[in-house]
Amino acid sequence: MARRYVPVAAFAGLIVAIQLATLATGTGYHLTQLTMTAYYSLVTVGLCMLIGYAGQISLGHAGFFAVGGYVTAFLTTWNLNLHQGAFVSLLGNSGALVSRTDLYGGSLLTIHPWPACAAAILLAVAIAYLVGGPVLKLKGHYLAMATLGIGIIVYRIVLGTEFLGAADGISEVPGFPLPAGLVITGDAASRIPNYYLAWGLVILGMVLLLNLIHSRVGRALSAVHGAEDAAGAMGIPTARYKLNVFVLSAVFAAMAGVFLTHYNGGIGPSEAGVMKSVRYVAIVAIGGMANLWGSLSMSLVLNYLSLRGYFGTYDDTVFGVILILIMLFAPDGLLRRHLISDLKRVVSRNPVEEEAP
Amino acid sequence: MLGGMTAVTLHQFLPLPLAIVLAVVLTMIVGAVIEIVFIRWLYKPSVLRMVIITIGVSILIREIALHIWGNAVRALPYFTGSAISSINLGGVYVSSQVLWVVAIGAVAVAALTAFFTMTMLGRQMRACAANRDAARLCGIDTGNMVTLSFVLSAAIGAVGGCVVCPITYVQYDSGTPLAIKGFTVAILGGLGNSTAAVGAGMILGILESFSIWVLPTAYKEAISIAILLAILFVKPSGIFGSAEAARLKEF
Repeated sequence: MARRYVPVAAFAGLIVAIQLATLATGTGYHLTQLTMTAYYSLVTVGLCMLIGYAGQISLGHAGFFAVGGYVTAFLTTWNLNLHQGAFVSLLGNSGALVSRTDLYGGSLLTIHPWPACAAAILLAVAIAYLVGGPVLKLKGHYLAMATLGIGIIVYRIVLGTEFLGAADGISEVPGFPLPAGLVITGDAASRIPNYYLAWGLVILGMVLLLNLIHSRVGRALSAVHGAEDAAGAMGIPTARYKLNVFVLSAVFAAMAGVFLTHYNGGIGPSEAGVMKSVRYVAIVAIGGMANLWGSLSMSLVLNYLSLRGYFGTYDDTVFGVILILIMLFAPDGLLRRHLISDLKRVVSRNPVEEEAP
Repeated sequence: MLGGMTAVTLHQFLPLPLAIVLAVVLTMIVGAVIEIVFIRWLYKPSVLRMVIITIGVSILIREIALHIWGNAVRALPYFTGSAISSINLGGVYVSSQVLWVVAIGAVAVAALTAFFTMTMLGRQMRACAANRDAARLCGIDTGNMVTLSFVLSAAIGAVGGCVVCPITYVQYDSGTPLAIKGFTVAILGGLGNSTAAVGAGMILGILESFSIWVLPTAYKEAISIAILLAILFVKPSGIFGSAEAARLKEF
């Protein structure tokens, strides 16, 4: 049991090391992108669970991310002072409202981030359950197109809806208050605590997923992935497991959306775009499909490089090319679980071809 | 998109018919190259793998187009008349370009139907779609058929892009929504049935256009995708396709 947590501890060590390195070199500004990377990584590991372990693809996960982000952004910036009524006062009495002053000194009465977050995740779960049932019955290109379609519908809705800010998105989202005086916000002053909060959340998610994989559920899932009909014949409720993993990964995406929106102080329609979904899939693919650690490390590297702007105007191209190359040459993913043993086999059979990755 | 953009570029120094023909030929070559480079040499690729590869390729083409042509919106001139001229058809005034679109669409469908039912090549291609292994046993070069189908669909797409772009304009990213709509229509009509696809296309177009009566225009595209989802959930073989025929196909 303890062996499973060795990589977790190593990863936590890496996170601390990165922070200390930026501290030593005086480049603390890198932590902002690294924090954003952490939230995107949360989507990636959730999607990795779906693609790698349940064997279902989703080209619409940016949609769930956007559902989370937009619901919390809308609820925490919607001024209820303009909508007085019985329901609003009921909310006020139950402590779900918070008042603050806006940029111009006017008073704002909005829903507290905690209930907003709960609402966002509930909505994502509801959508995932609703569409997941019929979608996961589909296979092959039907499944890919259906999930792509769901993502595009979310994109079109947030782009076309006036009260969601249309093309501008929603801005001036307040910070997300946590116990002990911590706040998830993009303020430069709280950069270090936020960095640890974000990666702490990722590690928490990883521990959860790792435990899930090594449980009865995980074994059932790998049976579903290997041979769905055979798994069904063995008495595994394949449809229910697939749906639950779909919902779980949607929750991961929605949570990442909620926290990143509070961290950035806003969200725009591009977060729901098809390219974002393709990017998540590309990262899972290069991370080795059924390899949570591979996905996480690739997400850390690629998202960070992308957010720092290293790819310049070729940002989307990079992820498109990654996806093509992986699918052409290593459809099981690059950093797959048996990579080392595969390499050993290749090397021992014909030692000349040793120059592989 | 590629066809429309190439035609616009070529039209700067070529007459319109020549520019369109050349653009279609160029797009066909691109289609062939994509198939040969990315698909042909794979050993029994799964459909999902091919879908992901083609999505990646479409992103690549879009980004290359962005770097070549920038994000400006372009258009070809109207084939006959101009943007404000119209033709009186029994009291209804229609832009001449609309008639061009309808006419060329009709010609394309007729030509495709003739190709698939009357020529040897077309029949070979259908055999290939129905059952690849059996087709190979009959001596059909299935690899070439797949390349040919890529070339053919690239050509039709390019013609469509050229004909429509005086009305709708063309931009580096105008291909993606069309691809999804095209897929919707193809599913709606039942895959591999070009006549039914036209009917399905009309149904989708009319539904989409009338949806702006009840919903904001910005949701137009969401409507067509919602229709796609509804069909996939309820009747994946399409409105005009038969369930038995769909079950026999490999995908």
